[in-house]
Amino acid sequence: METKALNKKTTLPETAIEITGSEALMKALIAEGVETIFGYPGGAIMPIYDALYDYMDQLDHVLVRHEQGGIHAGQGFARTSGKVGVVFATSGPGATNLVTGLADAMIDSTPLVCITGQVFAHLLGTDAFQETDVINITTPVTKWNYQITDANEIPGVMAKAFYIAKSGRPGPVLIDITKNAQLQKFNFEGYTSCNHIRSYRPKPIVRKEYVEAAADLINQAERPLVLFGQGIILGRAEEEFKTFIEKGGLPAAWTILGLSALPTDHPLNVGMLGMHGNYGPNVLTNECDVLIAIGMRFDDRVTGRLDRYAKQAKVIHLDIDPSEVDKNVKADVPVWGDCKDTLPLLTSLIKQRKHESWLQKFKDCTEKEIEAVIDNELHPTADTMTMGEVIDQLNHLTKGDAIIVTDVGQHQMVACRYAQFNQSKSNVTSGGLGTMGFALPAAIGAKYGAKDRTVVAIIGDGGIQMTIQELGTIMQSNVDVKILILNNQFLGMVRQWQQLFHERRYSFVDIASPDYVTVAKGYKIEGNSIKERKDLKAALKTMLDHKGPYLLEVFVGKENNVFPMVPQGCGVSEIRLK
Amino acid sequence: MKQEYTITIYTENQVGLLTRIAIMFSRRKINVESLNTSPSEVEGIHRFTILINVAEDVVRKLVRQIEKQVDVLKAYYNTNDEIIWQELALYKVPTDTIAEKAKVERLLRAYGARAVVIRKDYTIFETTGQREETDTLINVLAPFGLIEFVRSARVAIIKNSKGFHEKLKEFEETEPTKQILTAPITAEKAAEMDN
Repeated sequence: METKALNKKTTLPETAIEITGSEALMKALIAEGVETIFGYPGGAIMPIYDALYDYMDQLDHVLVRHEQGGIHAGQGFARTSGKVGVVFATSGPGATNLVTGLADAMIDSTPLVCITGQVFAHLLGTDAFQETDVINITTPVTKWNYQITDANEIPGVMAKAFYIAKSGRPGPVLIDITKNAQLQKFNFEGYTSCNHIRSYRPKPIVRKEYVEAAADLINQAERPLVLFGQGIILGRAEEEFKTFIEKGGLPAAWTILGLSALPTDHPLNVGMLGMHGNYGPNVLTNECDVLIAIGMRFDDRVTGRLDRYAKQAKVIHLDIDPSEVDKNVKADVPVWGDCKDTLPLLTSLIKQRKHESWLQKFKDCTEKEIEAVIDNELHPTADTMTMGEVIDQLNHLTKGDAIIVTDVGQHQMVACRYAQFNQSKSNVTSGGLGTMGFALPAAIGAKYGAKDRTVVAIIGDGGIQMTIQELGTIMQSNVDVKILILNNQFLGMVRQWQQLFHERRYSFVDIASPDYVTVAKGYKIEGNSIKERKDLKAALKTMLDHKGPYLLEVFVGKENNVFPMVPQGCGVSEIRLK
Repeated sequence: MKQEYTITIYTENQVGLLTRIAIMFSRRKINVESLNTSPSEVEGIHRFTILINVAEDVVRKLVRQIEKQVDVLKAYYNTNDEIIWQELALYKVPTDTIAEKAKVERLLRAYGARAVVIRKDYTIFETTGQREETDTLINVLAPFGLIEFVRSARVAIIKNSKGFHEKLKEFEETEPTKQILTAPITAEKAAEMDN
């Protein structure tokens, strides 16, 4: 045996070393610039964790409390850092617990590489302990997935995985590695990153004729409106975008994933689109003459009823994903490509314009909305606090420099509507999938992705209870996140709909909460709970000034509603102010 | 308006890709009328032929979603008059009845069928053709006691396609070329560019 092994080694190419599949995985992660992994060990991924033990000085592993927490943390990390989030989970239940996060990352185009352990290859299909068909379970919710059964595949497949996750329209990739491949020794000949797969075209090429046609439409427009989404952030095209709208004097409205790509106080930022968006951009969508959609996908929460959506307008759609064009809203001019490339081309062809009277219309709408909704939300006269005034106070203290992570529901809509942002990659929320329980773990990842920034997780009393176990992660890794619970003692958004559309039949929305401060204390996290307005500012300041994690619960009005609102099945111009 | 569309997909030969493609139909609750996977004219490249009955708007969006999949090289959709298509059918009938009651020779001539197996107990006929042709023979054979019938999936050749040999070379280039990177916007454009 001894001699054989020696002989074998002498035949290796000089560059090759004999290592296990697990160690090759570590080398792949390091070569891809990975620094942080969110994960949870288990039987089928033990060889990988064993290899990780030797690489602890180069790879920081955050032990989460549930795999769903792990993947949401990976998402939060990707969203604030602009890098690929990496997640480890074991086979069976470990892998199935990733599914919600994969679906969330898929619909919100978040780059992730998830590694799942799998039973030995010879046990596949035998209903082995903790065996589940993770590839088939995750196919519809991954951009790409692959099962590795031989260690020789690891370097090549990992290179592909990272390339696919981050290129073009980003998305989640899952690599399932059988235990035998993790253990198997093979000749590792180094790691080469991937930049081309013949069947995969991440970016369509830019076609000049469409850029010119788009510029013509914009130059003729009297009432242009720009709708921007996360494509600007993913394409790192914030500056190009700002130059574009400034030259054209183009009012720009955002989807909730586009939020923070343009500073809140930019004079051309006319607010939020969609169901709970601002009055102006919704109503004026149906008055504009040219609609310029950039890196957004016309979600039904943005468009409301499609047959009453911007019928009068010529539509220009810039997107890196050709299948998005014409999917929901028919484009008159499709501008395929990375907006980092297309926006400067478009900017060079458009005329310097101001559109003052058109912009005035947005201002008039804002006035109307301030009077009907915003004033009362930010400066309420009632005794109970509103979510809006909490966000407003937070703005005064953070001055728009914090990363705001939100969960799903009323607090999410209010936070997105009122939070101020000065810089990009600062808003982390579950937009497309609407995953309650997203915020707490995502905030952990967000902090790792932007270590020198303040991270505030704003969460409702429903969502916090879905992933509250991640307080354990925060405790153990001492993650400096500020947890702001807006407690209205209801599943507020569902309650609002029940009030408005189901005759106040409050069916199972009355949710009880534990004493969050005590729960936090159990996790050695300091906290406070307030009910009165007079304590708000000081409590927020204490939270922000505190070194390390902190939980603040603020009780807000039980039956406050989020307005404006475009009711389901209505057109955007049927937006209700009350 | 709903009509038959034949979708042709050139893919890498990858485990799991059949599922990835199949679920794109089931997610949208589109019934697959027939599905065939086979090698293509290019070694190592697989070819899916899928038949569905939907509106043009539906098939266009679907094909773009299919083409987006990482392991898919190219997807096309065509109406029946843009393709040459065939299906193969096998019919098993009792030999005694058929020999006794039918003028087998004439039957075979009239329907272009071929006897694949003739045994004492049963005979198997085969036809190749379009749906109406294979359907007609079922009706003819039914009175003689059709024991088994099976029809293959549709296979189709796109009339004005130049095949995939040249296209593949372009895919293998690292630098994108206009032809393969340009996703069509409308059906007309799609047809124009795919040719």
